[in-house]
Amino acid sequence: MQTNQEKTMDVMQYKSEVKNLNFYYGQFNALKNINMVLHDKKITALIGPSGCGKSTFLRCFNRMHDLYPGNNYQGEIILHPDDVNILAPNVDPIEVRMRISMVFQKPNPFPKSIYENVAYGLRVRGIKQRAILDERVEEALRNSALWEEVKDRQHDLAFNLSGGQQQRLCIARALATDPEILLFDEPTSALDPIATASIEELITDLKSKVTILIVTHNMQQAARVSDYTAYMYLGELIEFNVTDTIFIKPKNKQTEDYITGRFG
Amino acid sequence: MVTEESRKRTAYAGKLGFSMRRRVREKCIEAMLFASAVLSVAIMLAIVVMLVRESIVFFQHVSIWDFLTDTEWTPLFDNAHYGILPLISGTVVSSLIALVVALPLGTIIAIYLSEFAPFAVREIAKPFLELLGGIPTVVYGYFALLFITPLLQSVLPELPGFSLLSAGLVMGIMIIPYVSSMTEDAMRAVPMNLREGSYAMGATRLQTALRVVMPAAFSGIAAAYILGISRAVGETMVVAIAAGMQPNLTWNPMEPAATITAYIVQVSLGDLPHGSIGYQTIFAAGLTLLLLTLVFNIIGHILRKRYREIY
Repeated sequence: MQTNQEKTMDVMQYKSEVKNLNFYYGQFNALKNINMVLHDKKITALIGPSGCGKSTFLRCFNRMHDLYPGNNYQGEIILHPDDVNILAPNVDPIEVRMRISMVFQKPNPFPKSIYENVAYGLRVRGIKQRAILDERVEEALRNSALWEEVKDRQHDLAFNLSGGQQQRLCIARALATDPEILLFDEPTSALDPIATASIEELITDLKSKVTILIVTHNMQQAARVSDYTAYMYLGELIEFNVTDTIFIKPKNKQTEDYITGRFG
Repeated sequence: MVTEESRKRTAYAGKLGFSMRRRVREKCIEAMLFASAVLSVAIMLAIVVMLVRESIVFFQHVSIWDFLTDTEWTPLFDNAHYGILPLISGTVVSSLIALVVALPLGTIIAIYLSEFAPFAVREIAKPFLELLGGIPTVVYGYFALLFITPLLQSVLPELPGFSLLSAGLVMGIMIIPYVSSMTEDAMRAVPMNLREGSYAMGATRLQTALRVVMPAAFSGIAAAYILGISRAVGETMVVAIAAGMQPNLTWNPMEPAATITAYIVQVSLGDLPHGSIGYQTIFAAGLTLLLLTLVFNIIGHILRKRYREIY
């Protein structure tokens, strides 16, 4: 029997709670009654075969689906410590995206300099003072392990960077605004193994600063970087647990089949 | 021993052989495509050769210095002056007015259609805009003369019946569809993942359009602007009808004036004897116009190469 205080402690460890989440692309029910939590300052991985809804789920967290007509959320994603349901219609998606950043599958630097790419989120928020921008850009580039490589050419076009550097730049861009949750949508699937290793190392290092949710179709990656893992199939959350448990002794037969490669 | 299997194989090998018919057909198609390409280049060259040759005849009578510096253009008077400046000023003023209307409006329309408009609105608005581009320019000319000029006169009573202002304004309206359509195409070609990157940073639609999509589409937008400028400079009917046809060295849009194109129309339709020096003037004027638009096309080409899409 938990005491009330213990319950509060539990909730405090959660950065976010997903309650009965359903998502519809038009008539199509893409996410079915998902219940899950994101532990604060931990890495949670979403795995599952293509089309299982893991990216769809990820993109609920920053309301990306609002960009396209005909999409519809039901249920709640509670963001702590505010206890606000970020899916509520009266919550401005722009406010949500200011606190929950995202890194995409394919590096997508803007047609701007390295510096301006990182400063983008700050400028969008109306920050103009050079000193603040300089400081935050440097900090973000250091946190994304890119500073040493680009400090002397911050004003070069971002497209001149390699693929791995571009992805780290996108991570720096997402970090510059000090987000509470960082979403990664298969961040290494367009990168070579060496760049992948450096991104994985970076993600692990970021854990101390920010709560991370990462979609990956690479099970080894999920096992390497994450603390918690959720297995999804056909829009349903099949199993969610500590990563070691999921990979060593999953409770669900479907999860086991997927993990061991008998399926998917 | 010939087995069924090997016979099949021989039959198949025969099909892999050389086909004379296919080869001839390919050659014919290639020749036809080549001929079409050559034809367009040849026509272009023929125009340039004609303009230059006739202009040389003109410049044997009038020095290039006079042509470029004389402030009067009165080839049809007894005391003839051949200074192209009055025609250039008319062309520049009317084009500038047109661009002041067309570039901002065209860009705003493009931003709206590409980044803001719901699908249904875009599907209706775009064909309508393109229809605007299909209206004969002579109709625009009369629209300027009979509608816009009186309208402007009610605000500016001192405006004469022919003016660069009303011709330029209508020319601007006429060019909007070209600018907006090409600008919108360039903006819509920007991949969605760049927009999503911007939205994911908490940017608004307008911030995304102005700070990410437009810079990414810069080369296409530059091409749209250059096309708009070329059209304004080369536009004939609107200015011929609504701007008056008197060559007039002025930078004041409230005055009537002739543009290069309007002058060429005037002389081509007039009863000047073929081969007279007055008649030759239109080739010199035409060459000037060609050089002007060539300069803009070269600028456009440089911009496109320099800022080619790199997303």
